[in-house]
Amino acid sequence: MLSSDLLKEAERVMTICNACRYCEGYCAVYPAMELRRTFADKDLKYLANLCHNCRACYYACQYAPPHEFDVNVARVFADLRLECYREFARPALLAGMFRRNGLAVGILTAAALVTVFLLLGIFQDSPVIFAAHSGANAFYRVIPYPLFILPFSVLVVCLSAVLLWSNISFWRKTGGKLGELLDPRANLQAIGDALRLKYLDGGGHGCNYPDERFSMLRRYFHHLVFYGFILCLASTTVAAAYHHFLQWPAPYPYLSWPVLLGTAGGLALLAGTAGLLILKKKMDPLPGAPRARGMDVGFLVLLFFTSFSGLLLLALRATPAMGILLAVHLAVVAALFVAMPYGKFVHALYRFVALVRNARERSRQ
Amino acid sequence: MNARQPIETEVLVIGGGNAALCAAMTAREAGARVLLLECAPRDFRGGNSRHTRNLRYLHRSGNAYLTGPYLEDEFFSDLMRVTEGRTNEQLALLTIRESAEIGEWMQSRGCRFQPPLSGTLHLARTNAHFLGGGKALMNAYYATAEKLGVDIRYEAEVRDLEIHDGTFVSAAVSSGGFTGKVKAKAVVAASGGFQANIEWLKEYWGEIADNFIVRGTPYDTGRMLRVLLDNGARAVGDPRQCHAVAIDARAPKFDGGIVTRLDCVPFGIVVNNQARRFYDEGEDFWPKRYAIWGRLVAGQPEQTATAIVDAKSIRLFMPSVFPAIEAVTIPDLAVKLKLDPDALRETVTAFNRATRTGDFDPSKLDGCHTVHLDPPKSHWARPLDTPPYYAYPLRPGITFTYLGVTVNEHAQLMLQDGRPSANIFAAGEIMAGNILGRGYMAGFGLTIGTVFGRIAGREAARHALQ
Repeated sequence: MLSSDLLKEAERVMTICNACRYCEGYCAVYPAMELRRTFADKDLKYLANLCHNCRACYYACQYAPPHEFDVNVARVFADLRLECYREFARPALLAGMFRRNGLAVGILTAAALVTVFLLLGIFQDSPVIFAAHSGANAFYRVIPYPLFILPFSVLVVCLSAVLLWSNISFWRKTGGKLGELLDPRANLQAIGDALRLKYLDGGGHGCNYPDERFSMLRRYFHHLVFYGFILCLASTTVAAAYHHFLQWPAPYPYLSWPVLLGTAGGLALLAGTAGLLILKKKMDPLPGAPRARGMDVGFLVLLFFTSFSGLLLLALRATPAMGILLAVHLAVVAALFVAMPYGKFVHALYRFVALVRNARERSRQ
Repeated sequence: MNARQPIETEVLVIGGGNAALCAAMTAREAGARVLLLECAPRDFRGGNSRHTRNLRYLHRSGNAYLTGPYLEDEFFSDLMRVTEGRTNEQLALLTIRESAEIGEWMQSRGCRFQPPLSGTLHLARTNAHFLGGGKALMNAYYATAEKLGVDIRYEAEVRDLEIHDGTFVSAAVSSGGFTGKVKAKAVVAASGGFQANIEWLKEYWGEIADNFIVRGTPYDTGRMLRVLLDNGARAVGDPRQCHAVAIDARAPKFDGGIVTRLDCVPFGIVVNNQARRFYDEGEDFWPKRYAIWGRLVAGQPEQTATAIVDAKSIRLFMPSVFPAIEAVTIPDLAVKLKLDPDALRETVTAFNRATRTGDFDPSKLDGCHTVHLDPPKSHWARPLDTPPYYAYPLRPGITFTYLGVTVNEHAQLMLQDGRPSANIFAAGEIMAGNILGRGYMAGFGLTIGTVFGRIAGREAARHALQ
């Protein structure tokens, strides 16, 4: 469906919903809808990103297909979100990444692996790569520290800039002033909503995922992924602090903060991504966007392998396999970072911004 | 299901809406084997219950989703008021008493409540609203019934019943092109009224019934009602009566549900196809008056009318599902509506001249009324003078019919000779006319369905397990 057709369909559906309102107890979307009588494109993009795809409204809807009104808010909003990801990709040149996102992310990961191995092959001698290393700086004997820190620093700076750029574009195109995005109370409320995944609880009993039954599984698995990711970030940050401020380079003992945090985070990520992938395989395809499947799966698989390669590296770091595993892990992490603004990760940004707008709208009532 | 092997069960439930499920769950919980036959496909299961959103029940105190108590005296007097006394008082009191704290029973079977919806705040104290509406309630009940072990068949229509001397023997069922027989020790008929059967409606309304829109399920054709009446059941309720509201004329013929309603009538005028007004649009608050407008529109030529408001009022009512027809002048609007422009201008001019400035207030019966106008407009009468003007075409939309079968306090079918049937029970719309002889009270159809569904399920199981 073209973007304009999609917006027309979203407007049609919202007009029906606004005359019904039976679903207003489920989530933030319907109360936000009720503040409006007409739906401009910017309203629809905002509402679409406020939608968490909990699917409660789809199964509760007396007008859901095969009813002739053919109301499927969950699907039209999922499609519209995908359009938003494309529209607000920055630089716009890279919007094409969202066309066949699963494939794009796969190619990106392969390219990262090839690049890292090429560099390793060119700049490092095989005996060093395939030797067992131990003690301080063991990793850096295979890949020198500057080659670690420089590319990743550049990546993180670019990444942050691009994500911020996309985010601000989305906020402004959906009708907000830049200053309003910084509203501290609204941000606090949005952070609370996001950290709890408030709107994946379907009004208290979980969402209708993977099928018609109410279940908290998706919410719990998502929590595992999110908090696992945060723990891994914390692990890296602590390690960086140890390295720079305590002059204590990696690798760290098993009973150290970087390893404990990273292990916990890695295991949570493994369980969370695996759980979400299994649920996705079982899910009812009707209240979702079939086109988004590659993107969703690509991101989950990449996260899974990031965690898996990291844990494997930890387990085998004293063996001759360390060099290869280190290279693989770094390549996967690099691919994850590069793919962030051009894949499923962006849902978090737009969702958060939509929650900020929602908090502002509600406080004005 | 095929002709050679009749299915045998203990309790057969015919129907798939609220009353049927309440009966099936109750009978199953009492230990009976239960077969439930729903004639609709799974996607459209639930009869008219799928379009509902709240239920009225007796409660001693408010709670998280009810703002205060609703006790027997008030409940009963509300019922007497809307029915103008056309009720079986014994059954009415039974319904009210048995509804006490029914919310807990519902919740333990998967129902989830929420605070009242934005369009129904006037029901906040008396009625409990289902999170997600009636289809969500039906989904929960079906899931619970399945878990309990009720055998549920969709697209299974009962065509006929074998009844000997008021006692049920078997049912002829067609399903997926096959016809089969179901034998059961007891049967619960919970298959709704006949409001979706236009041919039947024509028996009382004549050809104009072709212009009626059926707001709910197309599956309520009244076949079971007819079969029971033909087999000696005693009828109840005026067959000519139905609950009909004025809805958007662009609504689909069936199943348009809640969204096709229009709440704009009190804020403007309503004209017929002669561009003439025909009733006081501001007689009372809309929730108290919407149910008479179906009949009013049905009484107009071609069973059609048009509600017109101006820009002052467009935001005062719930948004409509179909866009308003819009024009900058009244004659232009008339052209778009295929009305006589001069006649409409005349009507609007006369109406505007009859209005008096007053304190317009949509939240109360205000003092804005017309003078020397026939018919008058008693409240909220403001001149139509601020373009653009907006119009909504209206048609009668039937919600339900009143004709049903008589039951006793055990939900047993009463026969014409005054005896109760030993093993035929009825619940829901098919017997609601015993209690709701006329008029309507929001969320009370589901009360009757729930209370009598439970009684019928309990009594049918008791009979079957004897």
